Amino acid sequence: MSDAVVMSGGVHAEPGMRVYNQKLGMWVFLTSEVMFFTGLIGSYLILRSAPGVEWALPGEVLNVPLTAFNTFILICSSVTMVKAFAAIESGDQKGLRLYLVATVVLGAFFVGVQGFEYYKLIEEGFLPHCGEELAALVPSCHLYGSTFYTMTGFHGTHVSIGVLCMIWVTVKAFRGKYTQGDHGGVEVIGLYWHFVDLVWILLFTIVYLI
Amino acid sequence: MATVEAVAGQMAHAHHDDRSFLRRYIFSTDHKMIGIQFLFACLFFLLVGGLLAMLIRWQVAFPGKPLPFGGIFPETMAPNGIILPEFYNALVTMHGTFMIFFAIMPLLVGVYANYLIPLKLGAPDMAFPRLNMMSFWLFVSSGIIMLASFFVEGGPSAAGWTVYAPLSAVPEYSGVSAGQQLWIVSIVFFAASSLLGSVNYITTVINMRAPGMTLFRMPLSIWSLFITAILALLAVPILAGALVMLLFDQTIGTTFFLPEHGGQPLLWQHLFWFFGHPEVYILILPAMGMVSDIIANGSRKPIFGYHSMVFAIAGIAFLGWIVWGHHMFQSGMNPLLGTSFMVSTMAIAVPTAIKVCNWLATMWRGNIQFHTPMLNATAFVAMFTVGGLSGIFMASNSLDIFIHDTYFIVAHIHYVLFGGSLFAIFAAIYFWYPKMFGRMMNETWGKVHFALTFVFYNLVFFPMHIIGIGGHMRRIYDPTQYTFMQPMQPMNRFITISAFLLFVSQIPFVINFFWSLFKGKKAEINPWRDNGLEWTVPSPPAHGNFEITPTVYRGPYEFSSPEVDEDFLPQTTPLNGDRRTAPEQVPGD
Repeated sequence: MSDAVVMSGGVHAEPGMRVYNQKLGMWVFLTSEVMFFTGLIGSYLILRSAPGVEWALPGEVLNVPLTAFNTFILICSSVTMVKAFAAIESGDQKGLRLYLVATVVLGAFFVGVQGFEYYKLIEEGFLPHCGEELAALVPSCHLYGSTFYTMTGFHGTHVSIGVLCMIWVTVKAFRGKYTQGDHGGVEVIGLYWHFVDLVWILLFTIVYLI
Repeated sequence: MATVEAVAGQMAHAHHDDRSFLRRYIFSTDHKMIGIQFLFACLFFLLVGGLLAMLIRWQVAFPGKPLPFGGIFPETMAPNGIILPEFYNALVTMHGTFMIFFAIMPLLVGVYANYLIPLKLGAPDMAFPRLNMMSFWLFVSSGIIMLASFFVEGGPSAAGWTVYAPLSAVPEYSGVSAGQQLWIVSIVFFAASSLLGSVNYITTVINMRAPGMTLFRMPLSIWSLFITAILALLAVPILAGALVMLLFDQTIGTTFFLPEHGGQPLLWQHLFWFFGHPEVYILILPAMGMVSDIIANGSRKPIFGYHSMVFAIAGIAFLGWIVWGHHMFQSGMNPLLGTSFMVSTMAIAVPTAIKVCNWLATMWRGNIQFHTPMLNATAFVAMFTVGGLSGIFMASNSLDIFIHDTYFIVAHIHYVLFGGSLFAIFAAIYFWYPKMFGRMMNETWGKVHFALTFVFYNLVFFPMHIIGIGGHMRRIYDPTQYTFMQPMQPMNRFITISAFLLFVSQIPFVINFFWSLFKGKKAEINPWRDNGLEWTVPSPPAHGNFEITPTVYRGPYEFSSPEVDEDFLPQTTPLNGDRRTAPEQVPGD
């Protein structure tokens, strides 16, 4: 590890992107994630726009107000993430810990609400492969259920993984591992967190609102 | 100057190696060991893929005849040694799967991106050594899962390596349920492994080059591996997403690719080939890059048109994204769209021809050394050209309707992947073997292996063009069942016998490889008199690679330079007038 760090400073290497390796690696990884969600969202749009496929009206099946509230929670968690990063940038350890804990709580809350939403939907007979009650409501209910659970499920998995990583970063923050000069971990997890947030704003729009 | 040396001393990376056996050879984070681990794993999978090919060839040439040693197969695969149609489908599928995902792609990317990128760029290791280790072990897991699918009820996937839906999505259609699911899970693991690798390669190339190693001083092998990593980074997640949807169709009753509930089988083909076409360039670009290095070395001349080579790689990579529809001319497509795919596909011939002409111009009037790596590299150029030209045939959408899913396609892909990629892999193995293991492979046996492989390879795959034009279907179980194909049967038997001989021709290679590990001639630091940074450190290099971070003064192809007496000029040798570009400041951390 230490070997890589010597080089990653970019001090005595040929100038690269002028960011440290972990940050560059996260950006590269997120490019891949963009393609992953592009595949899912693109498939959704193609399946939905095919002739003969009829979709449910927004709000007919899905609980839009609840999810709008959940979206608000996730955006708030992005704000607290920024605040955490700003805190350590100015050397404020207390602020870092406070805002990291807030981010973990908000992120976990988001996943919890999503779980609750799934529970309610399944109870109402909305399954990935269509249920009886849903069939009466949505003509193309098979695709509706399949795409809904796949897209939101993958996003939820990403948030869950993000929360786990965020807990790890928070534990490190409580042990005082981050300093004003060295806090790459906070920045890198922040990049991931904002990306997941951004994907959700897209998904919320195309899955719930249109 | 004195301060510079002092700084260099502080930057010593190669240090005394006190790692335990487990950390050194099994769970190693050293990019060189990971490359070697990939090499052994991939050669094993190459053998598996080759054995499957032999079974396929037996059935096509001698349908209904019991296999020699066929008794080892269970009743559900080959009762009394006679291959069942279901098992034949599985063989075809698994041959493609093993060769593409577990042999060629990781042999090029897993082995040589890992081994060469840090060494050739003057870096102590990859940017993320632990992710690199994880990448290898994910690859091994995915290979084990794929092998395990042979032992589940119903056998392994039988839907073709492209696992077209709905054949792959409905277990009743192909008769395979668990095997198909394991196939999907295995490739998802593979995708994760590939993703971790790509992140590592890209970060390392961008951020960890030694001082003086500007982008346009990088060897073409590194350029091609870098661009390949970008392709894999962007293409593989599309496959991963599509595979998960396919898995849901199989298991929890979703209908993404099933037409009866509004799903679209064509969507699978689009997603698969949107990954699949960049994938074929993942399988050839690193081969092109390594061959460029070896041809310049073997010709003792600078590579012809270095910049145009780089731009050609980038051009091929870009065009690779907008041509996926040419795999789907037969699937039903708006003729106007088909024409645009045809034109964009044929445009790929331009950068490809630039590369071929540059290789020929590099060799032109060179002082050619016919060592084994060079022989294999020249075979690459010739065979890849044949495969590239037949590629232009099938890019024409009217002609493709005739040759689609015939042996012509089989001939094409094998000319590109065997004649192209695999000859390049052999060239690379012979060329970098001394650096990897500290011993030379035997030249005589290397040449025997090359000559036999080259001859039998052509005897196997060239006739496939002819029977393909004759209408021989690509995955047919029993070619004698149609009267019009019966006259082709002697040629089928000829191909099969040649294929067995081709398989046997690999024995000298295997023996040479393992014998040389222990008994080969000790390798010098720079046995091929090459310019790259990897040839300035001992063979094999120590953990951490470079005692002192090297400084690079020029590009990698300065052979036969008039400025020095030898016919090569290493990238790290300063000449009078070379400004030292070494750092002025001590690293802060």
